Amino acid sequence: MSKPAPKPTATDIAAQVRSGERTAVEVLEEHLAVVADRESEIHAFNVVIADEARERASAIDAQIASGEDPGPLAGVPVALKDNMCTTGIPTTCSSKILDGWKPPYNGTAVDKLYEAGAVVVGKTNLDEFAMGSSTENSAFGPTLNPLDTSCVPGGSSGGSAAAVAAGFAALSFGSDTGGSIRQPAALTGTVGLKPSYGTVSRYGLIAFASSLDQIGPFANTVADAAAGFEAVAGHDPRDSTSIPEQLRPVTPHLSDGVDGMRIGVITELMGDGELKGFEPEVIAQTRAAADALAAAGAKVSEVSVPSVVYGLTAYYLIAPSEASSNLARYDGVRYGNRVTGVNTAAMNTATRTAGFGAEVKRRIMLGTYALSAGYYDAFYGKAQRVRTLIIDDFARAYEDFDVLLSPTSPCVAFPFGAKSDPMTMYLNDTCTIPSNLSGQPAISVPFGTGDRGLPVGVQILAPMLGEVELFKVAAVLEGANQ
Amino acid sequence: MTNKSATKTESQELLPEGWEMVIGLEIHVELATATKLFSPAQNSFGSEPNQNVHPVCLGLPGTLPVVNEKAIEFAARIGLALNCTVQKCVFARKNYFYPDMPKDYQISQFDEPLNIDGWVDLPVAGTRIRVERAHVEEDTGKTTHVGDSGRIHDAGYSLVDYNRAGVPLVEIVTHPDIRGPEEAKEYVDEVRAMVVAVGASDGKMEEGSLRVDANVSVRPAGSDELRTRCEIKNVNSLRSIGRAITYEAKRHVNLYESGKEPIQETRHWDEEAGRTRDGRKKEDSDDYRYFADPDLVAIDPTPEWIAQIAASQPALPAQRREALVSAGADSEGAALVVQRDLDSLVLAVIEAGGEAKRVLNHATNNLAIEGAEALSPSNFADLVKMEADGALTSTQAKQVLAEMVSDGSTPADIAAKHGFEAMDTGELEATLDEIISSSPQEWERFVNEPEARGKLQGFFVGQVMKATRGQADGKLVNQLLAKKANS
Repeated sequence: MSKPAPKPTATDIAAQVRSGERTAVEVLEEHLAVVADRESEIHAFNVVIADEARERASAIDAQIASGEDPGPLAGVPVALKDNMCTTGIPTTCSSKILDGWKPPYNGTAVDKLYEAGAVVVGKTNLDEFAMGSSTENSAFGPTLNPLDTSCVPGGSSGGSAAAVAAGFAALSFGSDTGGSIRQPAALTGTVGLKPSYGTVSRYGLIAFASSLDQIGPFANTVADAAAGFEAVAGHDPRDSTSIPEQLRPVTPHLSDGVDGMRIGVITELMGDGELKGFEPEVIAQTRAAADALAAAGAKVSEVSVPSVVYGLTAYYLIAPSEASSNLARYDGVRYGNRVTGVNTAAMNTATRTAGFGAEVKRRIMLGTYALSAGYYDAFYGKAQRVRTLIIDDFARAYEDFDVLLSPTSPCVAFPFGAKSDPMTMYLNDTCTIPSNLSGQPAISVPFGTGDRGLPVGVQILAPMLGEVELFKVAAVLEGANQ
Repeated sequence: MTNKSATKTESQELLPEGWEMVIGLEIHVELATATKLFSPAQNSFGSEPNQNVHPVCLGLPGTLPVVNEKAIEFAARIGLALNCTVQKCVFARKNYFYPDMPKDYQISQFDEPLNIDGWVDLPVAGTRIRVERAHVEEDTGKTTHVGDSGRIHDAGYSLVDYNRAGVPLVEIVTHPDIRGPEEAKEYVDEVRAMVVAVGASDGKMEEGSLRVDANVSVRPAGSDELRTRCEIKNVNSLRSIGRAITYEAKRHVNLYESGKEPIQETRHWDEEAGRTRDGRKKEDSDDYRYFADPDLVAIDPTPEWIAQIAASQPALPAQRREALVSAGADSEGAALVVQRDLDSLVLAVIEAGGEAKRVLNHATNNLAIEGAEALSPSNFADLVKMEADGALTSTQAKQVLAEMVSDGSTPADIAAKHGFEAMDTGELEATLDEIISSSPQEWERFVNEPEARGKLQGFFVGQVMKATRGQADGKLVNQLLAKKANS
């Protein structure tokens, strides 16, 4: 495959718009032209809001003209995963059940992006309700990987990953419940961050699994991802799980380097243990990344985090359990689709039968079962105990290491339909799930290529609120990935 | 095995020989917060449908709950009033589908409630009712079924009003310690007084601010077994609580005595028919799939916070009754005065020199609650003094009191205005003598026929009142009659 042309970065755009070198309208039109050129092929968006975006870009330019600073993302075209609520703009979760619903409010992250001067160009496709790893589970059809259109872009935030990879937007946002930002970032050669749980408000993010969901950025560069993270992070009184502490800015540390940093490669995620299915090129590139970090002055060695091997199992009990409850409200009574029935229960059933896709139904059933009387302790309760084990194991690892390293995904982008068996698909999230269970931050950075010349993503993991360390390492890897 | 107690309990009087009632109550109290439990929407009664709503309490996708701290304070105040331990608590989701519940789960508390292990001492029955828990949860909306019968199964369509959805509730659950309808009513009344006293709720049953479900079963008197219970819903007044419990307990006894058994179910009280009816049979059993709500964090009240709440608790009904008794009130009168919320006035009147017994009598029998707060304690005390001195009869005193409330004048001015003057004993005796001499036959029988005395006493008092245009003191007339008859 051919290396795509370098795309304008968000930080460059913001600097140029703020300095008056370029107008936001100009920048937007340039991106809309790319959309016009390739969107019909890629299908990154559920909706493109060109008119609203043009109005917004003009307003930014007016601000600049009157001497105001629109903010750090001034004029940056941004794409939002279609599970982030936007006032008056359809928000569907790529589900038929929410077809036609327009939220009466913006999510907090969306408000913050507007406050930072961003220009939202559209809402991106996802696996229905963020359940999937390929965006094949969208009710509106799959998104294609811009690097190889025979392959999936990963998921569930496949549309956001593709939008940035294709140059439809300079920055995009997704949500990561079990790897839904990092895995598609890896598969599309972009940078993707899953921030520490509680750093980005979940208010206005349509819930999949509340204790795991976290909004984060996709970008073409590490610096852009940092800028995107800083724009949306911060305490929100509307989210009880939002962390009240002041967050450390990451941007000033992007060129700190890794000299003296202790970096541990997670033994269990390197393909020669209990967890199988890692492509050899992926492992090779991860080792190459470790070598590059060592060459940059880091102390790199392997570390065992034994309980990560149970992460997938625990996740597939906890996430569906929470989802079974979170998705109960789609009952046809108040919004979205309604299929009538002879009584309320029949209407509920008919609506949900018609409105949800197979994977969503599968997970609702799984979660309902796991929470049922008599099964709770064996399933949900035990999964929560595994979660504690993983947190404890990470805490032990971080006694000796500043950050940890692993592949992001066991494989590079795969062809459509290649993982039609749900279990095979679920295994894609083996490396990413532990960070969601522990609540800790992790970032995927492109590093080299694997099978068919497709990009490999390397994952960096850090302790809670360790975003600064993540970005230091990510920046070094980005520099070494030439 | 069974150890029959010596005195019959209330329920044994109501039930056939050998049975007693076992009752536990669940009281839902709506908290008087300005906004809802997890949403900025207004919490008020009587608005147009769907006016007090916000994306959060409508459960719109993407919204998140944030706990109203005032609701937690009110809940802790209720807990402390119930002698509960206030502890770290966790909100849990109770999952079930119902159209008036916007998220199709209710945020409640399950295995870690805010308040546990309390009790309520009943002032009249003298029994202690143990409180298992008093937890915080959100209310549901209201569904109106529009159709021929008004019942859901043949409704044409349903209307849902979400004004009440998300209103904060405290659910107070007792152990099955209640033994009869009167005890149940007294418990509810006492809890109602408590939640009103601490300012946590208006306690209005007629507006649904306080709702009661009763768990009723019966057992052989004196046994300690717990038999199958039925939960009675829709008991919306003190009167229906008593009636519903009695009906249901008798139904259980009848079943057992005819060789059958009640089944555990939810039943609805039909006030008009005076009976309970079985609810709609649920197709699936109650499995609410409780789990800790991941959108909320645990609330861990610090000892300092609890101490601060405790220190700022208003006086509770029991303390208020005690204060009245110390001031000379009898316990029954004290209970009634506190129930009428007139105790601070009564104490002030006693303080100002009013005789306790007379003040209590006026406060429980003659004084309307409305307007009473405007009464000057010293005027009230003066009135009581005038009555005690014989300057006013009790009938006159009652009339003067009513006018004191309506126009705020002093009792002396009102008495003067009406020409109420002391009718001295001599004057009254002369009037009575006149009546006796004009009714010799009646007097003869009054003196000699003890069995007729009661009726004739009424005759003489009536004649005196007629002659004095009601200004005579009835009590004094009785005393004079007795004196004359025995002399």
